[in-house]
Amino acid sequence: MRITTPLTNEVIEQLHAGDAVEITGTIYVGRDAAHKRMIAALNAGEELPFDPKGQIIYYMGPSPARPGRPIGSAGPTTSYRMDPYAPRMLEVGLKGMIGKGNRSPEVREALKKHKAVYFAATGGAAALIADSIKEAEIIAYEDLGAEALQKLRVENFPAIVVNDIYGGDAYEQGKAKYRLVVGG
Amino acid sequence: MRDISTEQITRAVARLCIEANYHLGEDVLDALRNAREEEVSPVGQAVLDQILRNAEIAAQGELPLCQDTGLTVVFLELGQDVHIVGGDLYEAINEGVRQGYQEGYLRKSVVDKPFSARVNTRDNTPAVIHTEIVPGDRLKITVAPKGGGSENMSYLKMFSPAAGRQGIVDWVVERVDKSGANPCPPIIVGVGIGGTIDQTTLLAKKSLLRPVGQPHPDPEVAELEAEILERVNKLGIGPQGLGGRVTALAVHVETFPCHIASLPAAVNIQCHSARHKEAVL
Repeated sequence: MRITTPLTNEVIEQLHAGDAVEITGTIYVGRDAAHKRMIAALNAGEELPFDPKGQIIYYMGPSPARPGRPIGSAGPTTSYRMDPYAPRMLEVGLKGMIGKGNRSPEVREALKKHKAVYFAATGGAAALIADSIKEAEIIAYEDLGAEALQKLRVENFPAIVVNDIYGGDAYEQGKAKYRLVVGG
Repeated sequence: MRDISTEQITRAVARLCIEANYHLGEDVLDALRNAREEEVSPVGQAVLDQILRNAEIAAQGELPLCQDTGLTVVFLELGQDVHIVGGDLYEAINEGVRQGYQEGYLRKSVVDKPFSARVNTRDNTPAVIHTEIVPGDRLKITVAPKGGGSENMSYLKMFSPAAGRQGIVDWVVERVDKSGANPCPPIIVGVGIGGTIDQTTLLAKKSLLRPVGQPHPDPEVAELEAEILERVNKLGIGPQGLGGRVTALAVHVETFPCHIASLPAAVNIQCHSARHKEAVL
């Protein structure tokens, strides 16, 4: 399924755990250190460097861009490290997150509550993913180097819906389907 | 005595940093191709196709395999008849990392003041360096960039000797199960058994340097590896954790004698982007 940003509730309602999507439009990039700063800003009553309403954050820190390229390799980082920050971001209007790996029960609850979706991109397919990124611009926290906050223009960015608004989890569903042992 | 200059060492390390981050080893590629053949889950097959295509793109030399080009772990086997000339050996290695990460457009992923300010060192130094003194007059350098996602899925347990083989097998399988999608499966499971706390974790890491899927020369250890692999691949985690039969490409175990009171074991997981390159000077 092809989707464009910003995400609307109508689109989010159609997304189910396990769906393959291709994302086109603007997405924002931030990982550990940028999240720490954004949450500190919110707690201090300040504005974020971008308006999060309807937007997607990609948990990623790219390798340096070679001359003539918008970005270097650009695959997802593991998402659970952003779990302490994600519910607050969803509260202020964020509608999607892209990363890899399992989320906490708190984040999954917040997705249902605020009608938002968690997507996974293929970890370690970073050179392949870079092909779908057409423009990249640092918008804040430049001093953080690879962890700076960025704005990307993406075309047909490949991702899979992991957690939807209905409580579905593609990791749990996939594992249950192919599991040959009892328990766990 | 044979002289090796620090300049030679720096250039070799710089080259190995770049090679490791752009070119997967043939053993890893073969293991991934076999995984593609064996995988029955459609989403798992699609993920493996992406990973193999990614390796082709990276090998063109413009974009590294993964944006996480790792903390640089360097293993040295230093011949006791080698004389290092021209400066400090470890500084020569760090200079190689500095040059390689700059020239190769590799990400600088190291922070100093780890529990407080977490300030990026901006050149990916310092490397973590393990040195072994061996007979001979050669220097073997292995550069193994290690990503944070899989490194975070590492575990240590000081077993009671009564736990024995079964205790270790059950624990390793349980750890892989709990790690789920986080370490970027299909993974290689590195296991150290024996020694002391420091030794057992080093064994787990060093096991990852073995060609993927090459069994341990000791049949008893090889059998243990095969048993853990079989059980891990029944977990259903699959490529990227989205469900499938290939959760691990291999399990590598290394052992060392230990204290009569102890049975230490460590797990160090390697993601599918299993990068390491070596040179002999």
